[in-house]
Amino acid sequence: MSAISRKEVEHVANLARLNLTEEEAERYTKDLNSILQFAAKLNELDTSNVVPTSHATDVKNVMREDVNRPSISNEEALKNAPEHEEGQFKVPAVFE
Amino acid sequence: MSQFETVIGLEVHAELSTNSKIFCGCPTEFGAPPNTHVCPICLGHPGVLPVTNRQAVEFAMKAALALNCEISRETKFDRKNYFYPDSPKAYQISQYDQPIGYNGWIDIEVNGVTKRIGITRLHLEEDAGKLTHSDFGGESLVDFNRVGVPLIEIVSEPDLRSPEEARAYLEKLKAIIQYTEVSDVRMEQGSLRCDANVSIRPAGQAEFGTKTELKNMNSFRNVQVALEYEVERQKEVVTSGGKIVQETRRWDEANKKTISMRSKEEAHDYRYFPDPDLVRMQISEEWIEAVRATIPELPDARQARYVNEYGLPQSDAGVITMSKDTADFFDETVKTGADPKAAANWLMVELLGYLNAGNLTLADVKITPHGLGEMIKLIENGTISSKIAKTVFKEMVETGKEPKQIVEEKGLVQISDEGALLAIVQEVVNNNPQAVADYKAGNDKAVAFFVGQVMKQTRGKANPPMVNKLLVEALKNM
Repeated sequence: MSAISRKEVEHVANLARLNLTEEEAERYTKDLNSILQFAAKLNELDTSNVVPTSHATDVKNVMREDVNRPSISNEEALKNAPEHEEGQFKVPAVFE
Repeated sequence: MSQFETVIGLEVHAELSTNSKIFCGCPTEFGAPPNTHVCPICLGHPGVLPVTNRQAVEFAMKAALALNCEISRETKFDRKNYFYPDSPKAYQISQYDQPIGYNGWIDIEVNGVTKRIGITRLHLEEDAGKLTHSDFGGESLVDFNRVGVPLIEIVSEPDLRSPEEARAYLEKLKAIIQYTEVSDVRMEQGSLRCDANVSIRPAGQAEFGTKTELKNMNSFRNVQVALEYEVERQKEVVTSGGKIVQETRRWDEANKKTISMRSKEEAHDYRYFPDPDLVRMQISEEWIEAVRATIPELPDARQARYVNEYGLPQSDAGVITMSKDTADFFDETVKTGADPKAAANWLMVELLGYLNAGNLTLADVKITPHGLGEMIKLIENGTISSKIAKTVFKEMVETGKEPKQIVEEKGLVQISDEGALLAIVQEVVNNNPQAVADYKAGNDKAVAFFVGQVMKQTRGKANPPMVNKLLVEALKNM
């Protein structure tokens, strides 16, 4: 039984805004299945006595005080932008 | 059409009044030039390490406690994945299954009936950037100054049964948050936002109908109007044999209707997962109690105090406590020794009337609580009449001067010298034989005419009860 269907791969690709070719969709379905099956090995471990955790580290409550630190300049902020105008990032039009 | 029951739940976002953003030190201050309150963390550059702002967590706890929520002792942040240019990381840091607060409630009052509305949850998340769509099409501009400003999202139970109840809930929620001072909750400025889920069902049916989600309502009034429109729309669809489509609809303020936002129709699939960069939070009993101790007297308690201590009518106390500024103004006015009932009347009728007419807030006018209190005392001790007080009041609102100074400068002291008034009364009566004849013929309106003449002669300064008494005596002798 496969862990993930072709349909799910297409759905996830759509969520990630990826355009997959026929061939890619086929290949990713196969690859993802073997990855998931490999990871499924972990299910062999008995974890019935282990408390579930959301994080890999046991560190808690690391917080900062509410003080301002310098921001970067507008020029610096826009440096990596493919396009910008009037100090703002320019992106393809989106409609609400 | 009462065969349908309306079901509404609200999702409210409030920006927290921290100095810095939730995961970095950039300022939250409003109105800076675009993309100047940004850094690699809030711009979502790879490899950065966000760290949670403790104040944001405490503000969220404070709001949650004020809304009678339980606090999650173990909590964390999750990533909500979506692609939209208002989010530079392609995910929003939010809270999925362990919100800071849950199981809360507030009481609302509609038409004299109190109703308890459940609050499902209150969670912390970061705000998104601002998009400007160009008129000529083709592109949009993005300002990331707001990205990472801390927000609380408050989700109500579907307990609201009318647009009116929804508005009352929103107003009460706003008042409570404003009292806690964790947000300035100004809907016009976007620091308070509201989305609504609304459905209808045949009266008596237990299961909910298909809901639509309403967005883009930028005032309390619009929330109510948009909901009223949407409820009617749904009724029409159903009674004409159609089916409600689950969708997001936008309130179109210009055309006063809700419009389907088809672009967002694909099912929400946010693929939440715990944010691995932000460590878990454990909230201790001591921390909760320390935050609880900072919560001030809230609107309900204050309303009860005004009713019990000052004998104000429940509804008047409700109006005054609706806004913290107004309630604080009232408390300060009463502290001057002015009669609380008079203070409440002047505040609600004259001051709020003036503010509403000009679309102003208390911060926009110069009158002080001390000034209003002193003015009320001048009425109480007979220095000025209530009528003259209105002139004094207007001057105070505009100039902020003390009432005594205004009264002296304008010569507004009430004439309560019986001898002086009697002379004027006698003169008025002597000069108007026709009105005297009218009075003798039983026309009571003639008295009002004489009072008017006396007031005219004294430029409104005559002591009204004394004028009445003297007039009645003078006319009797004619």
